[in-house]
Amino acid sequence: MMGDFWKRFSRNRGAVIGLFILLLVVVVAAIAPLLFPDSPWRMVQRPFLPPFEMSEYPLGTDTIGRNVISGLAYGAQVSLLVGLVSTVVSLLIGIPIGALAGYFGGFVDDALMRFTELFQTVPNFALAIVLVAIFEPSIYSIIAAIAIVSWPPVARLVRGEFLSLRQREYVEAATLSGQSHAAIIWRQILPNTLSPIIVLASLMVATAILLESSLSFLGLGDPNLMSWGYMIGAARTVIRQAWWLSFFPGVAILLTVLALNLIGEGLNDALNPRLARKGK
Amino acid sequence: MVRFIISRLIKAAILLLAILTLNFLLIHAAPGDPAAVMAGEAGAADEEFIRQLRERFGLDKPLITQLGIYLGGVLQGDLGFSYRQQVPVADLIFDRLPATLLLTMTAFVIALTLGTLAGVLASARVGKWSDTFISTAALLFYATPLFWVALMAVLVFSVHLNWLPAFGFETVGSGYTGFDRALDVARHLVLPAVTLGLFFMAVYMRMTRASMLEVSQLDFVKTARAKGLKNSIIQRRHIFRNAMLPVVTLAGLQAGQLVGGAVLTETVFAWPGIGRLMFEALQQRDYNLLLGVFFVSAAMVLLFNLITDILYRVVDPRIRVA
Repeated sequence: MMGDFWKRFSRNRGAVIGLFILLLVVVVAAIAPLLFPDSPWRMVQRPFLPPFEMSEYPLGTDTIGRNVISGLAYGAQVSLLVGLVSTVVSLLIGIPIGALAGYFGGFVDDALMRFTELFQTVPNFALAIVLVAIFEPSIYSIIAAIAIVSWPPVARLVRGEFLSLRQREYVEAATLSGQSHAAIIWRQILPNTLSPIIVLASLMVATAILLESSLSFLGLGDPNLMSWGYMIGAARTVIRQAWWLSFFPGVAILLTVLALNLIGEGLNDALNPRLARKGK
Repeated sequence: MVRFIISRLIKAAILLLAILTLNFLLIHAAPGDPAAVMAGEAGAADEEFIRQLRERFGLDKPLITQLGIYLGGVLQGDLGFSYRQQVPVADLIFDRLPATLLLTMTAFVIALTLGTLAGVLASARVGKWSDTFISTAALLFYATPLFWVALMAVLVFSVHLNWLPAFGFETVGSGYTGFDRALDVARHLVLPAVTLGLFFMAVYMRMTRASMLEVSQLDFVKTARAKGLKNSIIQRRHIFRNAMLPVVTLAGLQAGQLVGGAVLTETVFAWPGIGRLMFEALQQRDYNLLLGVFFVSAAMVLLFNLITDILYRVVDPRIRVA
């Protein structure tokens, strides 16, 4: 089973490259405190030191002399943390809503789907901005805001899966054998919806990282955490003098998001083999 | 058709009401007692005065009554007052709305035409280098942060090459009129519109490519081929028109993200639209203005979805004939 999975996943060359990039980012994030024992906020050299001039500060220093490469390493922690946790939270909101709507149908479905539609209509990013601004920027409000704007696709996906799966014989058999609704939803149907949820989740982590960086760029990041978006936002006004301050964090975001998208495609190939072959 | 439109209108009205309620709750959750803020701005923050203000604006009434007052106000075009700028919020927003419409619509048109074009091209040459090139580009654009690509565009095209202006809506103090002014605005529009459109271009490209490939496997296409129709006719009349259906739906849903993206683009390029206004409201902690912009952008998306919903009916040959 695992071997099969890996064989199909690794057939997608992009996915393997993506996995490699992501592992690199994860490792850097994990050992950031070892690589750079100093706080990324500390001023270590003269301001505006260009990259590739001093081996100790290979990517130069920022407007007040902070080490850019150290900021990148610590920023990886924030991006991964926010991406992962906010995705888990949106799954925790979206899966129950979608499951209930798809399983019970009728009025429950109508009510829950109208509610989902509300959150789908409202512009995601604008709502995230408003939420973080009102509840003060912090890692918690950022994660909550991203989760609140990201769950509707989960709910819709899970609802669709439940709608079709609840017609199956094995679900009927479970109903006839007297299992409770909760048991059927939780033990019979939900495990069968996991593949598409996993694929969607990997793509959601990527989107969440983009959202987090955009919020931080606008000055809505956690003021105590160094993040890639913050670094670019702080360097925006000096782009003419110091291109490297915006350039490198942007590349970091791009590579991480790209890696996650590639992995998502690979997971899709590996977990939904029938779907993946279509159109290829 | 008429019944369909009416049912969609009712649905949109209910959604609008829900958005307004959400907005009202958010205003309520925003920090700062509005009465205290007003009193502070008036320079007389004593208890008695604040109490009077509360009474006058209905802030002492139950929440549900306040919601009623708020809804009534919005329906009359009252989106609250910006105490920082001493102007009604609605005035500020409607001043800035045309610039945002110009930007987002241009970006949308660029993204949709180039995106579908590239998607059709790639689907016609699956596996060849042009498909690989287009698909890779789409993958990259899809992963690029909007604000970053905007900054890099400024760096390359304004600072280094000096081809296009880096910020603003037009050259200040140039005194251009008529056609010259339009040209000047267009030059300022290029970078913001293209950078805003890139991400969406990638989305439409991927969607078009996948959709074209899927439709080309369907039975009616095989029939057309068996009939001996020319490939170009099959591509255009049979595959393309049907493949565009999901793209149109998606484009409608994506319009909302476009408005959100405008906050970033307008911030980088100092484009005087409601996105930039939102950024200014953020910096000044002007919550009334912030939520006013939020409401207007949500209402715009709603309107856009309504239009695409109806358009979908017109485009879909299966539904139109029925």
